[in-house]
Amino acid sequence: MIVALAAAGSLGSAATAQGQNRAGGAPPPTPRDSAPIDLTGYWVAFVSEDWRLRMVTPPKGDYTRVPLTPEGRKVADTWDPAADASAGNQCKAFGAGAIMRVPGRLHVTWQDDTTLRLDTDAGMQTRTFRFAPAAGPADAPSWQGQSTARWERAAVPRRGDQDLLGTGPRPAGGGALTVVTTNLRAGYLRWNGVPYSENTTVTESFDVAPHPTGGQLLIVTTVVEDPRYLQRPYVVSSQFKKEADPSRWDPTPCTSTW
Amino acid sequence: MGSNTVYLNVVTARTALAVLLLLLSGPALRPAYAQFELVGSWDATGNEDLAGDGLPVDYTGYPLTEEARMRGLSYSQSQLSMIERQCQGWPVFYFAQGPFGLRIWSDTEKANGTPISYTIGAWENRAPFVIWMDGRPHPSPNAAHTRAGFTTGHWEGNTLVAYTTHMQVGFLRKTGVPSSDQARLTTRFFRHGDVLTVLGIIEDPIHLAEPQILTKNFRLSSAAISPVGPACIAVFEGTELGESVAHYAPEKNPFTDEMTAKYGVPRDAALGVAETLYPEYRKKMKPRPAP
Repeated sequence: MIVALAAAGSLGSAATAQGQNRAGGAPPPTPRDSAPIDLTGYWVAFVSEDWRLRMVTPPKGDYTRVPLTPEGRKVADTWDPAADASAGNQCKAFGAGAIMRVPGRLHVTWQDDTTLRLDTDAGMQTRTFRFAPAAGPADAPSWQGQSTARWERAAVPRRGDQDLLGTGPRPAGGGALTVVTTNLRAGYLRWNGVPYSENTTVTESFDVAPHPTGGQLLIVTTVVEDPRYLQRPYVVSSQFKKEADPSRWDPTPCTSTW
Repeated sequence: MGSNTVYLNVVTARTALAVLLLLLSGPALRPAYAQFELVGSWDATGNEDLAGDGLPVDYTGYPLTEEARMRGLSYSQSQLSMIERQCQGWPVFYFAQGPFGLRIWSDTEKANGTPISYTIGAWENRAPFVIWMDGRPHPSPNAAHTRAGFTTGHWEGNTLVAYTTHMQVGFLRKTGVPSSDQARLTTRFFRHGDVLTVLGIIEDPIHLAEPQILTKNFRLSSAAISPVGPACIAVFEGTELGESVAHYAPEKNPFTDEMTAKYGVPRDAALGVAETLYPEYRKKMKPRPAP
Protein backbone atom coordinates (compact mmCIF):
# COMPACT_ATOMS: atom_id res chain seq x y z
CA MET A 1 0.00 0.00 0.00
CA ILE A 2 2.73 2.41 1.01
CA VAL A 3 4.80 1.48 -1.99
CA ALA A 4 1.89 1.79 -4.39
CA LEU A 5 0.86 5.22 -3.17
CA ALA A 6 4.41 6.46 -3.09
CA ALA A 7 5.00 5.20 -6.60
CA ALA A 8 1.83 6.87 -7.82
CA GLY A 9 2.90 10.17 -6.27
CA SER A 10 6.34 9.91 -7.74
CA LEU A 11 5.10 9.01 -11.20
CA GLY A 12 2.63 11.87 -11.14
CA SER A 13 5.23 14.42 -10.28
CA ALA A 14 7.72 12.92 -12.70
CA ALA A 15 5.16 13.11 -15.51
CA THR A 16 4.51 16.77 -14.76
CA ALA A 17 8.19 17.55 -14.75
CA GLN A 18 8.77 15.70 -18.02
CA GLY A 19 5.90 17.52 -19.68
CA GLN A 20 7.35 20.85 -18.67
CA ASN A 21 10.78 19.87 -19.89
CA ARG A 22 9.60 18.53 -23.24
CA ALA A 23 7.99 21.88 -23.88
CA GLY A 24 11.22 23.66 -22.97
CA GLY A 25 13.48 21.15 -24.69
CA ALA A 26 15.62 20.71 -21.58
CA PRO A 27 16.53 17.29 -20.18
CA PRO A 28 14.42 16.08 -17.28
CA PRO A 29 15.73 17.14 -13.90
CA THR A 30 17.75 14.58 -12.01
CA PRO A 31 16.51 13.30 -8.63
CA ARG A 32 19.17 15.49 -7.09
CA ASP A 33 17.96 18.59 -8.93
CA SER A 34 14.31 17.89 -8.25
CA ALA A 35 14.63 17.02 -4.56
CA PRO A 36 11.65 18.53 -2.70
CA ILE A 37 13.56 18.43 0.60
CA ASP A 38 17.23 18.63 1.49
CA LEU A 39 18.44 15.67 3.51
CA THR A 40 22.14 16.30 3.13
CA GLY A 41 24.33 17.11 6.10
CA TYR A 42 25.09 15.75 9.53
CA TRP A 43 22.29 14.59 11.82
CA VAL A 44 22.42 13.42 15.43
CA ALA A 45 19.97 10.98 16.99
CA PHE A 46 17.74 12.42 19.73
CA VAL A 47 16.95 9.41 21.90
CA SER A 48 13.67 10.47 23.46
CA GLU A 49 11.89 7.13 23.03
CA ASP A 50 12.75 3.55 23.97
CA TRP A 51 15.83 4.82 25.79
CA ARG A 52 16.50 1.67 27.78
CA LEU A 53 16.11 -0.49 24.68
CA ARG A 54 18.48 1.61 22.57
CA MET A 55 21.15 3.10 24.82
CA VAL A 56 21.91 -0.05 26.80
CA THR A 57 21.55 -3.70 25.85
CA PRO A 58 18.17 -4.95 27.06
CA PRO A 59 17.93 -8.26 28.91
CA LYS A 60 17.86 -11.43 26.87
CA GLY A 61 14.29 -12.30 26.01
CA ASP A 62 13.01 -8.73 26.30
CA TYR A 63 11.09 -8.40 23.05
CA THR A 64 8.45 -6.10 24.47
CA ARG A 65 6.33 -4.48 21.74
CA VAL A 66 7.87 -6.51 18.92
CA PRO A 67 5.18 -8.72 17.30
CA LEU A 68 7.36 -11.81 16.99
CA THR A 69 6.13 -15.13 15.70
CA PRO A 70 6.73 -18.18 17.92
CA GLU A 71 9.77 -18.96 15.77
CA GLY A 72 11.03 -15.41 16.23
CA ARG A 73 10.70 -15.67 20.01
CA LYS A 74 12.57 -18.95 19.96
CA VAL A 75 15.43 -17.37 18.01
CA ALA A 76 15.50 -14.34 20.34
CA ASP A 77 15.72 -16.63 23.35
CA THR A 78 18.87 -18.26 21.98
CA TRP A 79 20.77 -14.99 21.48
CA ASP A 80 24.48 -15.43 22.14
CA PRO A 81 26.52 -12.23 21.65
CA ALA A 82 29.83 -14.02 22.19
CA ALA A 83 29.01 -16.43 19.39
CA ASP A 84 28.07 -13.48 17.15
CA ALA A 85 31.37 -11.82 17.90
CA SER A 86 33.43 -14.92 17.25
CA ALA A 87 31.59 -15.52 13.98
CA GLY A 88 32.26 -11.98 12.80
CA ASN A 89 28.58 -11.01 13.08
CA GLN A 90 28.99 -8.00 15.35
CA CYS A 91 27.02 -5.92 12.85
CA LYS A 92 23.78 -7.87 13.17
CA ALA A 93 22.20 -5.03 15.16
CA PHE A 94 23.43 -2.45 12.63
CA GLY A 95 21.55 -3.71 9.56
CA ALA A 96 18.97 -1.70 7.66
CA GLY A 97 16.14 -3.05 9.81
CA ALA A 98 17.52 -1.35 12.91
CA ILE A 99 20.30 1.07 11.99
CA MET A 100 18.13 4.17 12.26
CA ARG A 101 17.34 3.24 15.90
CA VAL A 102 21.00 2.93 16.84
CA PRO A 103 22.14 6.03 18.77
CA GLY A 104 24.64 7.80 16.56
CA ARG A 105 25.09 10.29 13.78
CA LEU A 106 24.19 10.24 10.11
CA HIS A 107 26.02 11.87 7.24
CA VAL A 108 23.89 12.22 4.11
CA THR A 109 25.45 13.19 0.76
CA TRP A 110 24.73 12.83 -2.94
CA GLN A 111 27.01 10.11 -4.31
CA ASP A 112 25.90 11.09 -7.81
CA ASP A 113 22.82 12.65 -9.39
CA THR A 114 20.71 9.53 -8.84
CA THR A 115 22.15 8.07 -5.64
CA LEU A 116 21.81 9.38 -2.13
CA ARG A 117 24.38 8.05 0.32
CA LEU A 118 23.87 7.71 4.08
CA ASP A 119 26.81 6.94 6.38
CA THR A 120 26.55 6.18 10.08
CA ASP A 121 29.30 6.74 12.61
CA ALA A 122 27.89 4.06 14.93
CA GLY A 123 28.85 0.80 13.27
CA MET A 124 30.46 2.64 10.31
CA GLN A 125 27.75 1.52 7.91
CA THR A 126 27.03 2.90 4.43
CA ARG A 127 23.63 2.87 2.77
CA THR A 128 23.00 3.86 -0.84
CA PHE A 129 19.54 4.92 -1.94
CA ARG A 130 19.25 4.54 -5.72
CA PHE A 131 16.64 6.48 -7.65
CA ALA A 132 17.61 4.63 -10.82
CA PRO A 133 17.62 0.82 -10.89
CA ALA A 134 21.02 -0.73 -10.34
CA ALA A 135 22.55 -2.26 -13.46
CA GLY A 136 23.74 -5.85 -13.54
CA PRO A 137 22.97 -8.83 -11.31
CA ALA A 138 21.90 -8.38 -7.72
CA ASP A 139 24.65 -8.13 -5.15
CA ALA A 140 25.04 -10.73 -2.43
CA PRO A 141 22.79 -10.09 0.59
CA SER A 142 24.33 -7.58 2.98
CA TRP A 143 23.64 -5.77 6.25
CA GLN A 144 22.29 -2.76 4.33
CA GLY A 145 20.80 -4.65 1.37
CA GLN A 146 19.75 -2.87 -1.80
CA SER A 147 17.62 0.24 -1.59
CA THR A 148 15.45 1.95 -4.17
CA ALA A 149 14.36 5.52 -3.56
CA ARG A 150 11.53 7.79 -4.68
CA TRP A 151 10.54 11.31 -3.87
CA GLU A 152 7.03 11.82 -2.56
CA ARG A 153 5.56 15.20 -3.32
CA ALA A 154 2.63 17.13 -1.95
CA ALA A 155 -0.61 15.74 -3.34
CA VAL A 156 -3.03 17.95 -5.26
CA PRO A 157 -6.57 17.93 -3.87
CA ARG A 158 -9.08 16.59 -6.40
CA ARG A 159 -12.82 16.23 -6.81
CA GLY A 160 -13.35 13.50 -9.37
CA ASP A 161 -11.24 14.51 -12.35
CA GLN A 162 -11.11 18.13 -11.26
CA ASP A 163 -7.84 19.52 -9.96
CA LEU A 164 -9.08 21.82 -7.22
CA LEU A 165 -6.02 24.03 -7.45
CA GLY A 166 -6.63 24.71 -11.14
CA THR A 167 -3.85 26.75 -12.65
CA GLY A 168 -2.84 28.07 -9.24
CA PRO A 169 0.47 27.37 -7.56
CA ARG A 170 1.25 23.87 -6.39
CA PRO A 171 1.46 23.24 -2.65
CA ALA A 172 4.54 24.92 -1.29
CA GLY A 173 7.06 22.95 0.70
CA GLY A 174 6.70 19.42 1.89
CA GLY A 175 7.65 16.22 0.25
CA ALA A 176 9.39 13.18 1.57
CA LEU A 177 11.79 10.45 0.59
CA THR A 178 10.58 6.85 0.44
CA VAL A 179 13.16 4.08 0.47
CA VAL A 180 12.47 0.36 0.05
CA THR A 181 15.23 -2.04 1.03
CA THR A 182 15.51 -5.77 0.34
CA ASN A 183 18.29 -8.34 -0.20
CA LEU A 184 19.31 -8.17 3.44
CA ARG A 185 21.36 -10.44 5.63
CA ALA A 186 19.43 -11.58 8.69
CA GLY A 187 19.90 -9.15 11.56
CA TYR A 188 18.58 -7.87 14.87
CA LEU A 189 15.90 -5.28 15.58
CA ARG A 190 17.45 -4.75 19.02
CA TRP A 191 20.86 -5.29 20.58
CA ASN A 192 19.56 -8.33 22.47
CA GLY A 193 19.03 -10.55 19.46
CA VAL A 194 15.40 -9.84 18.50
CA PRO A 195 15.62 -11.17 14.96
CA TYR A 196 14.59 -10.27 11.46
CA SER A 197 15.21 -12.66 8.60
CA GLU A 198 16.82 -12.39 5.19
CA ASN A 199 13.28 -12.23 3.71
CA THR A 200 12.66 -8.85 5.32
CA THR A 201 11.52 -5.75 3.46
CA VAL A 202 12.22 -2.39 5.08
CA THR A 203 10.19 0.61 3.93
CA GLU A 204 11.28 4.00 5.24
CA SER A 205 9.93 7.52 4.95
CA PHE A 206 12.20 10.48 5.54
CA ASP A 207 10.47 13.75 6.52
CA VAL A 208 11.95 17.04 7.65
CA ALA A 209 10.54 19.69 9.96
CA PRO A 210 11.83 22.89 11.54
CA HIS A 211 13.17 22.73 15.09
CA PRO A 212 11.66 25.43 17.32
CA THR A 213 15.06 26.79 18.32
CA GLY A 214 16.33 26.86 14.72
CA GLY A 215 17.81 24.18 12.57
CA GLN A 216 15.98 21.15 11.31
CA LEU A 217 14.63 17.80 12.39
CA LEU A 218 14.72 14.60 10.40
CA ILE A 219 12.00 12.05 11.11
CA VAL A 220 12.54 8.54 9.79
CA THR A 221 9.56 6.18 9.90
CA THR A 222 10.65 2.57 9.49
CA VAL A 223 8.27 -0.26 8.61
CA VAL A 224 9.83 -3.71 8.90
CA GLU A 225 7.94 -6.57 7.28
CA ASP A 226 9.25 -10.07 7.83
CA PRO A 227 7.04 -13.04 6.94
CA ARG A 228 9.19 -15.36 9.02
CA TYR A 229 9.75 -13.70 12.38
CA LEU A 230 7.08 -10.96 12.54
CA GLN A 231 3.34 -11.50 12.82
CA ARG A 232 2.65 -8.04 11.46
CA PRO A 233 4.72 -5.01 10.42
CA TYR A 234 6.96 -3.49 13.06
CA VAL A 235 6.74 0.31 12.85
CA VAL A 236 9.01 2.76 14.64
CA SER A 237 9.98 6.36 14.00
CA SER A 238 13.27 7.96 14.95
CA GLN A 239 14.17 11.61 15.27
CA PHE A 240 17.43 13.40 14.43
CA LYS A 241 18.60 16.98 14.82
CA LYS A 242 20.71 18.64 12.16
CA GLU A 243 24.24 19.60 13.15
CA ALA A 244 26.18 22.48 11.71
CA ASP A 245 29.47 20.67 11.28
CA PRO A 246 31.13 17.24 11.55
CA SER A 247 33.03 18.00 14.75
CA ARG A 248 31.19 15.31 16.72
CA TRP A 249 31.35 12.67 13.99
CA ASP A 250 32.91 9.69 15.74
CA PRO A 251 33.18 6.49 13.68
CA THR A 252 33.10 3.40 15.87
CA PRO A 253 32.96 -0.22 14.70
CA CYS A 254 30.05 -2.58 15.29
CA THR A 255 29.77 -4.28 18.64
CA SER A 256 27.59 -7.20 19.62
CA THR A 257 26.62 -5.71 23.01
CA TRP A 258 26.84 -2.41 24.85
CA MET B 1 -43.83 36.84 1.09
CA GLY B 2 -43.25 35.27 4.47
CA SER B 3 -40.23 35.88 6.66
CA ASN B 4 -38.91 32.38 5.96
CA THR B 5 -38.88 33.08 2.22
CA VAL B 6 -37.06 36.37 2.71
CA TYR B 7 -34.53 34.63 4.92
CA LEU B 8 -33.94 31.88 2.35
CA ASN B 9 -33.46 34.44 -0.43
CA VAL B 10 -30.88 36.31 1.61
CA VAL B 11 -29.02 33.12 2.44
CA THR B 12 -29.09 31.97 -1.19
CA ALA B 13 -27.80 35.34 -2.41
CA ARG B 14 -24.99 35.32 0.15
CA THR B 15 -23.98 31.79 -0.77
CA ALA B 16 -23.96 32.65 -4.47
CA LEU B 17 -21.84 35.73 -3.77
CA ALA B 18 -19.40 33.67 -1.74
CA VAL B 19 -19.06 31.09 -4.51
CA LEU B 20 -18.61 33.86 -7.12
CA LEU B 21 -15.90 35.53 -5.06
CA LEU B 22 -14.23 32.19 -4.64
CA LEU B 23 -14.20 31.55 -8.38
CA LEU B 24 -12.89 35.02 -9.16
CA SER B 25 -10.32 35.08 -6.42
CA GLY B 26 -6.63 34.68 -6.98
CA PRO B 27 -4.38 32.20 -5.24
CA ALA B 28 -4.24 34.33 -2.13
CA LEU B 29 -7.91 33.65 -1.43
CA ARG B 30 -7.83 30.07 -2.59
CA PRO B 31 -9.34 27.73 0.03
CA ALA B 32 -6.97 25.54 2.03
CA TYR B 33 -7.98 22.09 0.87
CA ALA B 34 -6.68 19.12 2.77
CA GLN B 35 -3.55 17.66 1.19
CA PHE B 36 -4.31 14.17 2.44
CA GLU B 37 -7.24 12.48 4.13
CA LEU B 38 -6.83 12.62 7.88
CA VAL B 39 -10.36 11.70 8.86
CA GLY B 40 -10.99 8.19 10.11
CA SER B 41 -9.90 5.69 12.70
CA TRP B 42 -6.20 5.08 13.24
CA ASP B 43 -4.83 2.20 15.30
CA ALA B 44 -1.72 2.81 17.36
CA THR B 45 0.98 0.49 16.07
CA GLY B 46 2.27 0.18 19.64
CA ASN B 47 5.84 -0.79 18.78
CA GLU B 48 7.40 2.05 20.81
CA ASP B 49 7.06 3.01 24.45
CA LEU B 50 6.14 6.66 24.68
CA ALA B 51 4.33 6.51 28.01
CA GLY B 52 7.31 5.34 30.04
CA ASP B 53 5.07 4.50 32.95
CA GLY B 54 6.29 1.00 33.73
CA LEU B 55 8.22 2.16 36.80
CA PRO B 56 7.48 5.13 39.09
CA VAL B 57 10.80 6.85 38.40
CA ASP B 58 11.59 6.42 34.72
CA TYR B 59 12.32 9.81 33.19
CA THR B 60 14.58 8.39 30.49
CA GLY B 61 14.38 10.24 27.20
CA TYR B 62 13.21 13.53 28.77
CA PRO B 63 15.44 16.62 28.98
CA LEU B 64 14.16 17.86 32.34
CA THR B 65 14.98 20.92 34.36
CA GLU B 66 15.96 20.49 37.99
CA GLU B 67 12.54 21.78 39.08
CA ALA B 68 10.73 19.20 36.98
CA ARG B 69 12.94 16.45 38.38
CA MET B 70 12.29 17.48 41.98
CA ARG B 71 8.58 17.69 41.44
CA GLY B 72 8.54 14.35 39.69
CA LEU B 73 10.40 12.73 42.56
CA SER B 74 7.96 14.23 45.06
CA TYR B 75 4.97 12.72 43.27
CA SER B 76 3.06 9.72 44.53
CA GLN B 77 0.60 8.03 42.23
CA SER B 78 -1.73 7.71 45.19
CA GLN B 79 -2.67 11.32 44.51
CA LEU B 80 -4.97 9.96 41.83
CA SER B 81 -7.10 8.47 44.59
CA MET B 82 -8.26 12.00 45.38
CA ILE B 83 -11.38 12.96 43.49
CA GLU B 84 -10.11 16.47 42.80
CA ARG B 85 -6.89 15.06 41.27
CA GLN B 86 -8.25 12.04 39.43
CA CYS B 87 -7.83 13.63 35.97
CA GLN B 88 -4.88 15.87 36.68
CA GLY B 89 -2.32 14.18 34.52
CA TRP B 90 -3.46 14.25 30.92
CA PRO B 91 -2.72 17.32 28.81
CA VAL B 92 -3.50 17.28 25.11
CA PHE B 93 -0.14 15.82 24.13
CA TYR B 94 -1.08 12.57 25.84
CA PHE B 95 -2.76 11.68 22.55
CA ALA B 96 0.76 11.05 21.24
CA GLN B 97 2.12 9.49 24.44
CA GLY B 98 -0.62 7.14 25.51
CA PRO B 99 -1.33 3.71 24.06
CA PHE B 100 -4.53 4.63 22.29
CA GLY B 101 -5.54 4.94 18.66
CA LEU B 102 -7.09 8.04 17.13
CA ARG B 103 -10.57 8.83 15.93
CA ILE B 104 -10.42 11.96 13.78
CA TRP B 105 -13.33 13.82 12.23
CA SER B 106 -13.74 17.20 10.58
CA ASP B 107 -16.23 20.03 10.40
CA THR B 108 -16.47 21.29 6.84
CA GLU B 109 -17.36 24.65 5.32
CA LYS B 110 -20.51 23.94 3.36
CA ALA B 111 -19.95 26.31 0.42
CA ASN B 112 -16.51 25.15 -0.69
CA GLY B 113 -15.78 21.97 1.25
CA THR B 114 -12.71 23.18 3.08
CA PRO B 115 -12.16 22.01 6.63
CA ILE B 116 -13.09 24.41 9.43
CA SER B 117 -11.60 22.13 12.02
CA TYR B 118 -10.31 18.66 12.72
CA THR B 119 -11.12 17.00 16.02
CA ILE B 120 -9.22 14.14 17.59
CA GLY B 121 -11.40 12.30 20.06
CA ALA B 122 -10.19 12.29 23.62
CA TRP B 123 -9.36 9.33 25.71
CA GLU B 124 -8.94 9.59 29.45
CA ASN B 125 -8.17 13.27 29.35
CA ARG B 126 -11.83 13.86 28.53
CA ALA B 127 -11.12 16.85 26.33
CA PRO B 128 -11.26 16.57 22.52
CA PHE B 129 -8.29 17.99 20.65
CA VAL B 130 -9.78 20.52 18.20
CA ILE B 131 -7.52 21.91 15.46
CA TRP B 132 -9.02 25.10 14.02
CA MET B 133 -8.25 25.45 10.32
CA ASP B 134 -10.21 28.63 9.59
CA GLY B 135 -7.53 31.14 10.39
CA ARG B 136 -8.85 32.30 13.74
CA PRO B 137 -6.20 33.75 16.07
CA HIS B 138 -5.08 32.32 19.36
CA PRO B 139 -6.74 34.00 22.34
CA SER B 140 -5.09 36.45 24.70
CA PRO B 141 -2.37 35.00 26.92
CA ASN B 142 -4.68 35.78 29.83
CA ALA B 143 -7.54 33.69 28.47
CA ALA B 144 -8.60 30.57 30.29
CA HIS B 145 -6.33 27.55 30.05
CA THR B 146 -8.09 24.25 29.55
CA ARG B 147 -7.32 20.56 29.47
CA ALA B 148 -7.27 20.61 25.64
CA GLY B 149 -5.75 24.05 25.18
CA PHE B 150 -6.33 26.02 22.00
CA THR B 151 -5.01 24.79 18.67
CA THR B 152 -4.79 26.24 15.18
CA GLY B 153 -3.62 24.38 12.10
CA HIS B 154 -2.54 24.84 8.52
CA TRP B 155 -1.13 22.77 5.68
CA GLU B 156 2.52 22.99 4.68
CA GLY B 157 2.73 21.02 1.48
CA ASN B 158 1.55 17.55 2.43
CA THR B 159 1.99 18.05 6.17
CA LEU B 160 -0.70 19.22 8.59
CA VAL B 161 0.88 21.50 11.17
CA ALA B 162 -0.95 22.28 14.44
CA TYR B 163 0.07 24.67 17.20
CA THR B 164 -1.37 24.42 20.72
CA THR B 165 -1.28 26.95 23.55
CA HIS B 166 -3.43 27.61 26.63
CA MET B 167 -3.03 24.16 28.19
CA GLN B 168 -3.60 23.58 31.87
CA VAL B 169 -0.82 22.17 33.99
CA GLY B 170 -0.52 18.43 33.55
CA PHE B 171 2.11 15.74 33.20
CA LEU B 172 4.98 15.46 30.76
CA ARG B 173 5.14 11.87 31.90
CA LYS B 174 2.24 10.35 33.72
CA THR B 175 4.43 9.16 36.56
CA GLY B 176 4.41 12.71 37.85
CA VAL B 177 6.85 14.81 35.83
CA PRO B 178 4.86 18.03 35.44
CA SER B 179 4.07 20.24 32.49
CA SER B 180 3.29 23.90 33.07
CA ASP B 181 0.55 26.17 31.78
CA GLN B 182 3.23 27.85 29.66
CA ALA B 183 3.81 24.67 27.66
CA ARG B 184 3.28 24.79 23.89
CA LEU B 185 2.86 21.92 21.48
CA THR B 186 3.64 21.87 17.76
CA THR B 187 2.25 18.80 16.04
CA ARG B 188 2.97 17.62 12.50
CA PHE B 189 0.99 14.89 10.80
CA PHE B 190 2.79 12.97 8.05
CA ARG B 191 0.86 10.38 6.09
CA HIS B 192 2.64 7.72 4.03
CA GLY B 193 0.16 5.27 2.56
CA ASP B 194 -1.84 3.84 5.44
CA VAL B 195 0.73 4.85 8.06
CA LEU B 196 0.28 8.13 9.92
CA THR B 197 3.31 9.47 11.77
CA VAL B 198 2.66 12.18 14.33
CA LEU B 199 5.54 14.41 15.40
CA GLY B 200 4.96 16.28 18.65
CA ILE B 201 7.34 19.00 19.80
CA ILE B 202 6.71 20.12 23.38
CA GLU B 203 8.22 23.37 24.63
CA ASP B 204 7.97 24.14 28.33
CA PRO B 205 10.22 26.91 29.63
CA ILE B 206 9.76 25.77 33.22
CA HIS B 207 10.10 22.02 33.04
CA LEU B 208 12.08 21.22 29.88
CA ALA B 209 15.75 22.07 29.41
CA GLU B 210 15.18 21.88 25.64
CA PRO B 211 12.19 21.05 23.43
CA GLN B 212 11.01 17.47 23.76
CA ILE B 213 10.53 15.64 20.46
CA LEU B 214 8.20 12.65 20.22
CA THR B 215 6.90 10.63 17.30
CA LYS B 216 4.14 8.07 17.29
CA ASN B 217 2.81 5.89 14.49
CA PHE B 218 -0.70 4.84 13.58
CA ARG B 219 -2.15 2.59 10.90
CA LEU B 220 -5.46 3.23 9.15
CA SER B 221 -8.16 1.06 10.66
CA SER B 222 -11.28 -0.30 9.02
CA ALA B 223 -12.80 -0.80 12.46
CA ALA B 224 -14.22 2.33 14.07
CA ILE B 225 -12.37 3.61 17.10
CA SER B 226 -14.54 5.22 19.75
CA PRO B 227 -14.41 9.03 19.73
CA VAL B 228 -14.59 9.05 23.55
CA GLY B 229 -12.88 7.08 26.25
CA PRO B 230 -13.67 6.07 29.78
CA ALA B 231 -14.02 8.66 32.48
CA CYS B 232 -11.28 9.29 34.99
CA ILE B 233 -12.36 7.52 38.16
CA ALA B 234 -10.68 7.81 41.53
CA VAL B 235 -9.73 4.40 42.88
CA PHE B 236 -7.38 3.04 45.50
CA GLU B 237 -3.83 3.60 44.27
CA GLY B 238 -1.81 2.05 47.05
CA THR B 239 -2.06 4.54 49.90
CA GLU B 240 -5.12 5.21 52.03
CA LEU B 241 -6.19 8.81 51.85
CA GLY B 242 -5.23 10.81 54.90
CA GLU B 243 -5.22 14.44 55.81
CA SER B 244 -2.31 15.27 53.49
CA VAL B 245 -1.63 14.80 49.80
CA ALA B 246 0.37 11.61 49.20
CA HIS B 247 3.95 12.47 48.28
CA TYR B 248 7.63 11.70 48.85
CA ALA B 249 10.50 13.87 49.93
CA PRO B 250 12.37 14.03 46.59
CA GLU B 251 15.68 12.84 48.04
CA LYS B 252 13.92 9.92 49.72
CA ASN B 253 11.83 8.61 46.86
CA PRO B 254 12.15 4.82 47.27
CA PHE B 255 11.95 4.20 43.52
CA THR B 256 14.80 6.44 42.39
CA ASP B 257 17.25 3.63 41.66
CA GLU B 258 14.78 1.06 40.37
CA MET B 259 15.73 1.63 36.71
CA THR B 260 19.37 1.12 37.58
CA ALA B 261 18.73 -2.05 39.52
CA LYS B 262 16.38 -3.59 36.99
CA TYR B 263 17.84 -2.50 33.64
CA GLY B 264 21.29 -1.12 34.33
CA VAL B 265 20.22 2.39 33.36
CA PRO B 266 22.49 5.04 34.92
CA ARG B 267 20.85 7.31 37.47
CA ASP B 268 21.38 10.46 35.37
CA ALA B 269 19.48 8.86 32.53
CA ALA B 270 16.70 7.57 34.75
CA LEU B 271 16.28 11.10 36.12
CA GLY B 272 16.07 12.78 32.72
CA VAL B 273 19.33 14.71 32.49
CA ALA B 274 19.38 16.34 29.06
CA GLU B 275 22.83 15.13 27.96
CA THR B 276 21.69 11.52 28.29
CA LEU B 277 19.52 11.89 25.18
CA TYR B 278 22.55 12.16 22.88
CA PRO B 279 24.73 9.34 21.54
CA GLU B 280 27.96 10.54 23.17
CA TYR B 281 26.46 9.79 26.56
CA ARG B 282 26.96 6.12 25.78
CA LYS B 283 30.68 6.68 25.85
CA LYS B 284 30.39 7.90 29.43
CA MET B 285 28.72 4.68 30.48
CA LYS B 286 30.86 1.74 31.36
CA PRO B 287 30.25 -1.09 28.93
CA ARG B 288 28.41 -3.78 30.77
CA PRO B 289 28.64 -7.53 30.43
CA ALA B 290 25.90 -9.10 28.37
CA PRO B 291 22.71 -9.30 30.44
